[in-house]
Amino acid sequence: MSGDASKALSNDVLWGGGRSPFSVSYGKMMMWFFLVSDALTFGGLLTAYGFARHSLAPGMTWPVGEEVFRALPWLHGSYPLMYVALMTFILIISSVTMVLAVEAGHRMDKKGVIKWLFLTVIGGAFFVGSQAWEWSHFIHGSHARVTLADGRTAFLEHNPHHGEEIDPAHFAMVIGDSYVGATETVHGEEALKLYNGATAVVSGANMTENEYGPPEYANFFFFITGFHGFHVFSGVVINLIVLMMVVRGVFHRRGHYEMVEKAGLYWHFVDLVWVFVFTFFYLV
Amino acid sequence: MERDDVIEYSLDAGHSEEEGKKIRKKILFVTLLLTVITVFEVTLGVFWRNWMPESWHWVKWTFIVLTLVKATYIVMTFMHLGDERRNIRSVILMPYALFIMYLLFIAIWESNYVNRMLELFQ
Repeated sequence: MSGDASKALSNDVLWGGGRSPFSVSYGKMMMWFFLVSDALTFGGLLTAYGFARHSLAPGMTWPVGEEVFRALPWLHGSYPLMYVALMTFILIISSVTMVLAVEAGHRMDKKGVIKWLFLTVIGGAFFVGSQAWEWSHFIHGSHARVTLADGRTAFLEHNPHHGEEIDPAHFAMVIGDSYVGATETVHGEEALKLYNGATAVVSGANMTENEYGPPEYANFFFFITGFHGFHVFSGVVINLIVLMMVVRGVFHRRGHYEMVEKAGLYWHFVDLVWVFVFTFFYLV
Repeated sequence: MERDDVIEYSLDAGHSEEEGKKIRKKILFVTLLLTVITVFEVTLGVFWRNWMPESWHWVKWTFIVLTLVKATYIVMTFMHLGDERRNIRSVILMPYALFIMYLLFIAIWESNYVNRMLELFQ
């Protein structure tokens, strides 16, 4: 891929005019400049998230990733971070197929570009779909946070958020600061009495309150993963357009597949941002 | 109108079959590395807190270092920045690194101050 960029040239020639001192085309350089500015946007968002977390008022705790994100579609039980790890893996693999498409383009292998670019689009679509499920689960909620009359916090074992009847015999809740860290469990009528006397019940998440922690937590989750998800969606659309142009032979006639490389830069950038979002939202 | 400056550098990026094989090998290596690091991170995140909660602080720093390792491989290999000339590499990375390091420093410093003041006057 190196080509002209790896040629040894003296500074007089390199900076002497009549050529790009960077040895890159105009389009590729502008894509890089755009990515730098976009990276500043994401850097600013994650820094704001860090500010909110570090300045949190005393007495409040920031939720832990592996306690909030512990569900898998169609399965009951607890699988901490498994779903988001799967999403990360899907995005990394679609980044790999993209770089393979770029490599095929450098060999003018049209069939190879079509194959790998198609797989990239599929991977991206899977990621956006996974994020939709994650959002819907996050908004829907799992255990609901109950503020008891005496000021303590409790979480429901079975959240009746589908409007089902509460069966007193099987009703239970745990008392503690978080569902995972709770130490005390109350059952049956006693639990139901506490539940009916509760001052507040929060199930799921919205922009003003959520069952996981301070409202800022859900707000940053919605904004940062939403902004990233919008980037992934745009990337899928861009890749799809480039794929159609490849199929029609536009780039083959042009003599080079640099457009695939430029779309690839954007796509890798989306993966790069996710690496940071994954670390700061789910792990740290 | 034909843009000859665009065509020149773009045409130069091609490579042969043999070079392609080498590049694909490198891509495979980076893929495996990224996967292994991610699996390791998730394992740490899920299990470590229960095993040794007092060392969680170090695990957090491990996450941040591993993230920077992953980011370096993505930018240098997948985005081919490692294959470009050094001057464009610097033009892209240096201003960003300087700005974001300053922003992080000032934001974390100030947020800790805000937190201390909330504690003091609550």
